[in-house]
Amino acid sequence: MNPRQILVALWTLVFKEIRRFTRIWPQTLLPPSITMTMYFIIFGNLIGSRIGEMDGISYMAYIVPGLIMMSVITNSYSNVASSFFSNKFQRSVEEFMVSPMPDWVILSGFVLGGMARGLGVGLIVTVVASFFTDMTIHHPLVTLSVVLMTSALFAIGGFINALLANKFDDISIVPIFVLTPLTYLGGVFYSIDMLPQFWQHVSMANPILYMVNVFRYGILGVSDIPVSGALVAVAAFIVGFFLLALWMLKRGKGIRS
Amino acid sequence: MAEPALSIRGLTKVYDNGFTALKGIDLDVPQGDFFALLGPNGAGKSTTLGVVCSLVQKTAGKVSIYGTDIDKDFAKAKYNLGVVPQEFNFSQFEKVEDIIHAQAGYYGMPLREAKPRCNQLLKDLGLWDKRNGPARMLSGGMKRRLMIARALIHRPRLLILDEPTAGVDIELRRSMWEYMKRINQEEGTTIILTTHYLEEAESLCRNIAIINHGEIVKNTTVRQLLTELDTETFILDLAAPVEKPPRIDGFEVEQTEGAQLTLAVKKGQRLNDAFEQFSAHGINVVSMRNRANRLEEMFVSMVDDDNAKARETSKAEVPS
Repeated sequence: MNPRQILVALWTLVFKEIRRFTRIWPQTLLPPSITMTMYFIIFGNLIGSRIGEMDGISYMAYIVPGLIMMSVITNSYSNVASSFFSNKFQRSVEEFMVSPMPDWVILSGFVLGGMARGLGVGLIVTVVASFFTDMTIHHPLVTLSVVLMTSALFAIGGFINALLANKFDDISIVPIFVLTPLTYLGGVFYSIDMLPQFWQHVSMANPILYMVNVFRYGILGVSDIPVSGALVAVAAFIVGFFLLALWMLKRGKGIRS
Repeated sequence: MAEPALSIRGLTKVYDNGFTALKGIDLDVPQGDFFALLGPNGAGKSTTLGVVCSLVQKTAGKVSIYGTDIDKDFAKAKYNLGVVPQEFNFSQFEKVEDIIHAQAGYYGMPLREAKPRCNQLLKDLGLWDKRNGPARMLSGGMKRRLMIARALIHRPRLLILDEPTAGVDIELRRSMWEYMKRINQEEGTTIILTTHYLEEAESLCRNIAIINHGEIVKNTTVRQLLTELDTETFILDLAAPVEKPPRIDGFEVEQTEGAQLTLAVKKGQRLNDAFEQFSAHGINVVSMRNRANRLEEMFVSMVDDDNAKARETSKAEVPS
């Protein structure tokens, strides 16, 4: 395929993915905004007013970056996992396989589609948050970089999950038993300084902690961890996971007999 | 001589469970041909086509589409290929025209080029009124036609139809074949067909290959194959029931019902000889028809022979 044809193919796939999640918006875009509104009202407003400040910032303002990031992570991941697995299940994955699209275009198309949903939901949650707290962004470039990289990383993770999945249960195991606990323990609702020394060390092994803290640094200007090191680590994970997903796709893992 | 539309050499497929689905098959399909690949269930037809379409990974062998080796430049080979699979393989929730537009996009065809082509295909295949509805609302026959439209959107030179008329009613099946004949004759599209309706293969295809147990057991023209047919069996409907089948010298006659007989006619025998003897017995035949279509009869006897050989080979291999 020449570069122009590759662009057409990539755009077709991304547009199809965006059309899919916007067509079913009551399942994809509405629930996160309702859930996050509940978080802001209950944790930020009612409970937060009794907690006071965290790292010198109001509790409501403190939890906003973590909740936005939580939405981005879960939506980027689940969009690709469910969409690609549905394609496998309905055998429409064969549409891509018989076409001349290179594997990296198929992977990128799904990843960009997942990022579109993750970022779209992140934007909705940001708008909802702006009704509860002042949304001044201290470091726009850091904020944008980390949110883009995080959504890309988890979209790739969703793709790998879908390739390996044999039934619908297999695409809900990782979000429920891995992503949700790691996100909750990733400093969304608290600073790890509050934890005993041992648990602070354990928390440092949680990759989501770094993403949440870098994003918080971008918005509020405070972080529990070194920002540049975290960005490099996320970039390295993206490259590693992308290559792994590409290798699996080339080998036909889960899609070719 | 022009390179074949499809060339297969030494194609072997061994699945992970150790089952050998293809045992080094060789096959050439000439450009512009209407070619039938026949075989019983599990013979290796879909595996062969799956390898050609990249849905199945081959173990060994070489496949070229219009001279392009799929191992060297699969993308180029795929541009020449359109596939209509056996099972529905599109998103049931997408709109009909969106499915076809998306497929065009996967081939790098911009929407402004794809739209007029898509509209024409939808009209030709009787789907125009359904273009804005979700694919799940289509009938089975319409879903098959949708897959044909999708496979043709990028103007492939080789079209693979894997049992496209399974479960389609007679009228619709005929209209689909008329359309296929048209694109084969007018646009020169090479068509490879697998089907269980052998009368279709007989009336549509020029060349034929029969595959059984992962091997090509016959590869010839339909005409040549039919000349090899040794025996044709006819069903005769009688004016009145008979107590037992009459003795007709030189012919095999069996009674299926009171007023129905079967008559086996070997190559070189004359039907007149049989009818003269029926008349002599006072039996009036009011109508007759082939028990099976001629190709079907040939196919069944060939596959039966091959299966018998396979059984003998496996017996010989069993240690005493």
